[in-house]
Amino acid sequence: MIAEAGHALLWIATVLALLQLGFGIAALRQKAGFADSVRPIAVVQGLVAALSFLCLIVAFLTTDLSLMLVVQNSHPDKPWLYKFAGTWGNHEGSMLLWVTVLAMAGSAVALFERRLSRESLIATLASQAAIALGFYAFLLFASNPFARIFPVPQTGQGLNPLLQDPGLAFHPPTLYFGYVGMSIAFSFAVGALVTREVGPVFARAMRPWVLIAWIFLTLGITAGSYWAYYELGWGGWWFWDPVENASLMPWLATTALLHSVTVLATRNGLRAWTIMLAVVAFSMSMVGTFLVRSGILTSVHSFAVDPKRGAFILALLTIYIGGAMALFALRVGTVREGSQFEPVSREGALVANNLLLSIILAVVFFGTLYPLVAESITGDKLSIGAPYFNKAAGPVALLLVVIMAAGPLMRWRREDAASIVRRLALPIFISSMTLAGVLVWADQIKILPMLGLILALGVAAASVAPLWKRNLRRTPLFTWGMVVAHLGIAISLAGMANESAFTKETLAAVRIGESRSVGPWSVTLKDVNPVAGPNWTALEALMEAQRGSQVLLELPQARTFATPPTETNEAAIHTAIDGQLYLVLGKQQPDGRWQIRMWWKPFVTLIWAGGILVALGGFLALLGRMRREYRKEVLA
Amino acid sequence: MTRFWLWAPLALFVMFFGVVAYGLVKPAPRDVRSQIVGKPLPKFSLPPARPSQPGLGTASFAQGQPRLLNVFASWCIPCAAEAPVLQQLADRGVPIDGVAIRDRPADLERFLTRYGNPYQRIGADNDSFIQLAMGSSGVPETFVIDGRGIVRAQHIGDLRAEDIPKITAELKAAQ
Repeated sequence: MIAEAGHALLWIATVLALLQLGFGIAALRQKAGFADSVRPIAVVQGLVAALSFLCLIVAFLTTDLSLMLVVQNSHPDKPWLYKFAGTWGNHEGSMLLWVTVLAMAGSAVALFERRLSRESLIATLASQAAIALGFYAFLLFASNPFARIFPVPQTGQGLNPLLQDPGLAFHPPTLYFGYVGMSIAFSFAVGALVTREVGPVFARAMRPWVLIAWIFLTLGITAGSYWAYYELGWGGWWFWDPVENASLMPWLATTALLHSVTVLATRNGLRAWTIMLAVVAFSMSMVGTFLVRSGILTSVHSFAVDPKRGAFILALLTIYIGGAMALFALRVGTVREGSQFEPVSREGALVANNLLLSIILAVVFFGTLYPLVAESITGDKLSIGAPYFNKAAGPVALLLVVIMAAGPLMRWRREDAASIVRRLALPIFISSMTLAGVLVWADQIKILPMLGLILALGVAAASVAPLWKRNLRRTPLFTWGMVVAHLGIAISLAGMANESAFTKETLAAVRIGESRSVGPWSVTLKDVNPVAGPNWTALEALMEAQRGSQVLLELPQARTFATPPTETNEAAIHTAIDGQLYLVLGKQQPDGRWQIRMWWKPFVTLIWAGGILVALGGFLALLGRMRREYRKEVLA
Repeated sequence: MTRFWLWAPLALFVMFFGVVAYGLVKPAPRDVRSQIVGKPLPKFSLPPARPSQPGLGTASFAQGQPRLLNVFASWCIPCAAEAPVLQQLADRGVPIDGVAIRDRPADLERFLTRYGNPYQRIGADNDSFIQLAMGSSGVPETFVIDGRGIVRAQHIGDLRAEDIPKITAELKAAQ
């Protein structure tokens, strides 16, 4: 019953999207009587899609075994949290979540957007409906989440144990809010191209939506990175996996957009570029969805592989991205040029930021797709790993960080280079001291981590410099937001550099009672015992870790899940103030010794702390912008 | 000039489309080239699986003639399906040796009586030693071993009648 309701609601949402698109086009062609209905339809469409998704959640929570999707991905014995999160731990469910977020984003625009002209808003909502329509069709015709199974089986097949983790409850929805939230910027851009209204008003209207999506993207990537770090048991926080790249690429484009939209809002410059970035950012989200869902690239995420679905999404991509880019080429020439500026200026720094972010984006994009290109040309199967990405993107990213330090200290329009150097005196001093320190105490480390370390401290100092000599109580909230976000980048960079420069790893086979050292710690394997959880059994090691007078007892597990049969590693991670101790229990060798893998990772937590700060900065900026808008409205 | 650059994003997208469309249309057989191919047989010596036939060891190969090594078991349905194909090959004079994986003598006798015995020697491998040593993941699998004891080809799964020309070609190449 609940499944039929969900299925019917999905069809209703499809029809509503069709109406929204049709009425929108009619209204734009000056047909009277259509314009007023577009907004309400958009609101209801989002609501109906959300209800449909709710039906699927209920089916999962009650383990409705007449649903194919539930049978394949759930099990009555699963803890309720994983029944709930399992709703989107599979292809169909996650696509339904995707389109639900898309439709709800459209509702939000219809409800709250007040700055755009009526025509631009209608064009935006029509574009949003066009995107929704394609993905509804994808769900209904190629991945129906409400498909039945008969005869009804006795039990379900369970959820991939790697996904049975609280991370699943938060990581995909957060990321989707970011991914799909960018659809708004895309639709804004399409709307603005249709009505030719590109200018500061457009930029100010788009900015909060971009910020919201960007905050979610940042949080989603940070959470995903930490999840992979502790769940996979490999001790890494970023693998340059195609699907990780798929989330990084929209983030890079959105970060660039966030900065270029500021230039457009403040100085009425970078018009065409901003429009292009808005299109590219969401295109990257769709490309990401395509890469994940088609299984065209091999990845740790390929739990949903189906080339036919890939072809369907590719067709959608072609319509939307190709359409938007063709529209861009045809229309943007008729958008007037924005105002000009000197190379050394706030605008100049923001343009440099945009160019460097675009270069990194190109590097990641090319590296991710290169295996496909190579295969289509030479027929060789190959994979591109961390060495390429680190070497190609690392130096550009470091340069970008330098620009990030200097940019906020520059004035709009024109700046004197000498005065910038003066303002950066303290950060430059800090960086030189770090360089000296590194050369004296740690001259063995590689060049990139070393540069990272040197820059991180200086940039941290430079990022708070805009607050220098300012009345802190009168500093606008969005300036605080920028400072916090930039500081977050510096802190994250410090974490990455420390992690790659100073991590200690020990791989050993030990008998019970034996000790090994890793970094400053001495770890003893005390015992190994079987334990049982709700739907798994595990071997649990009792390890004693000692540093100075500090003694810890840690319990890493090697888990075996029954449904479906899989083994996972639950690393034991101890967070100290100066780093993390990461312990993994491996297999028992024929001679009775246990394989253990241990890492000491100094200051690794800064990576994610920085990520959270970046998102917090975005949140402050959003709050600040909204407060200022509100005040203007009240005063006006 | 500017007009031209405005089409660049679309052109890039078209290139992207070309590459991934190719990737989708031609989902290249994702088979992995066997690691054992080109390497010498691992050292092993297996006891006879049945009293009337000799067991099997590395020494049985490397006699100057290419041979087939067939990994099978009486409990394996595809092995029964491929038995006639092996018999055809044996009738053409192809020397075939077998390894019975985790088998019981009585079951093996019944299997050979019912489906035929194309094997010159059969080794009993009760610990799946051969499978682990040669990187074979299931039964049946068939290896082409040349006259110097080097593995030349690995076939995963049951041999079909249409595979016979391929096998003969591989045997010829291994001469």
